Amino acid sequence: MSEVVRRKLYSAILIVGVFVVWELCCRIFDISDLVLPRPTQIWATLVEYAPAIAPHAYQTLYTTLVGFAFGVMIGLSLGVLIGSSRLAFDTAYPLLVGISSIPKVAVVPIFVLWFGAGTVPAILTAMIICIFPIVVNVATGIATVEPELEDVMRSMKASKLDILWNVGLPRAMPYFFASLKVAITLAFVGSVIAETVASNRGIGNMMIIASSSFNVPLVFSGLAVLSVLGVSLYVIFSLVERRVTGWALRKSG
Amino acid sequence: MSAAAAIAPNTVNDGVTMPPLVQLDGVGVTYGRGEKETEALQPTNLKVAAGDFVALVGPSGCGKSTILKLVAELLRPSAGRILFAGRELGANPARVGMAFQSSTLLPWKTIRANVMLPLKIVQPFRADYRAKRNGEYRERVDELLEHVGLIDFADSYPWQLSGGMQQRANLCRALVHEPDLLLLDEPFGALDQFTREELWSTMQDLWMEKRSTVLLVTHDLREAAYLASRICVMSPRPGRILEDRTVPFARPRHLDLTFEPAFTELVQDLRAKIVRTPTGRITREKADV
Repeated sequence: MSEVVRRKLYSAILIVGVFVVWELCCRIFDISDLVLPRPTQIWATLVEYAPAIAPHAYQTLYTTLVGFAFGVMIGLSLGVLIGSSRLAFDTAYPLLVGISSIPKVAVVPIFVLWFGAGTVPAILTAMIICIFPIVVNVATGIATVEPELEDVMRSMKASKLDILWNVGLPRAMPYFFASLKVAITLAFVGSVIAETVASNRGIGNMMIIASSSFNVPLVFSGLAVLSVLGVSLYVIFSLVERRVTGWALRKSG
Repeated sequence: MSAAAAIAPNTVNDGVTMPPLVQLDGVGVTYGRGEKETEALQPTNLKVAAGDFVALVGPSGCGKSTILKLVAELLRPSAGRILFAGRELGANPARVGMAFQSSTLLPWKTIRANVMLPLKIVQPFRADYRAKRNGEYRERVDELLEHVGLIDFADSYPWQLSGGMQQRANLCRALVHEPDLLLLDEPFGALDQFTREELWSTMQDLWMEKRSTVLLVTHDLREAAYLASRICVMSPRPGRILEDRTVPFARPRHLDLTFEPAFTELVQDLRAKIVRTPTGRITREKADV
């Protein structure tokens, strides 16, 4: 137990340490806040602009979560479909890899063209960017069911659906939740990219405006907000993961 | 209990007069087509009476497991037909329980839930699963777990158990739905000697109590001689049954038996049958090992 506490303490010290070194470097070398603002400055800006930042943060969180939710739904269904049939796997996989290798920044202008600037392209970008890791993980989890286990199920005259429901899906859950942690952080990337390119709201848009007016501390405040949002969602999904798929960690108790 | 009894009443005594429970009639299996065609199992005849305990032994790759898969309907024969209780398989669905070398227990379920799985899948238990899973079915599972000494681990997860205990649970899962036919594919193969011998006696106890029909695939000749009532020796690939032999030892058998001359003689005799088989393939397969 003390080992765990000590590790947590170390990582807390490291985080605080990074900020302290940052602060000290800025002060010692007298770095202009147009280049790199000090952490204390960023904090002050954050507090000062809080009422202005809040709606942007809310907008980014909203587009990210909606895009993520759609991404999970689509990713999970596609993953189940692809994972439970060898034919579907072989057929769809090359297309999926092709689509996923397109840089997602490149599709934002297309979404803007179709739906106009604003919320919809951000949601779609967040969605499309987080589908792929979910599909791949869920499909892998289902497709790699041990053949012997499948034989046992089939010897009981279990239908494909029985096997999927009792074996495939539960077995894919650790893969699924692992992909959710990746996907939620990617969803942020997607929505912020879309906001920077074409939106008049959201943290991404706020950062673009702040940088064009050389309000560098505000740009960094935007970064800070993004990282806090990202970390919080990551933590939430880690907790859910541990609750749902604790068996995969194989720790007693 | 009742469902199995309905199909094969008083299986042990009437086994002679009834049609065999399982009958392989010229059943052969070939994989692939054209030049790549390989014969896994030569046309084979085999009859298993209800309540019998038959062991299939032979070198690896001889088609022992193929026979199990055929009977479990996991594989279709390329030639011949398989009869179950006198009728063609498929028309007459056999209720089978299966256990493999790896325990294949579901790691996210407790031992009790794992053993209960067949009751959730197999008819007619399936129909009442929701109503009975906390009552009758649970009692049935617990009784079985008690029998193999696992009742204290009913709420544990498979990975918290040793390999031998996992295999005990695996046997329970294969037996819980009272299968007409128990198919075992080297279930004790991955265990150490002591655990394996312990499980032999557990297996014998279970069989003597339930009198289910068992088809055991193994490459351990001592295991076959200890457990089975009949041993079928198979040739290397393409497999066929070389010899069909009745094991004379009285039951219940004890471990001391394995040190008696008659037992050793039987084992050595079987070994000679397998090793002496002609063709150079054996040497090549040995080189693989």
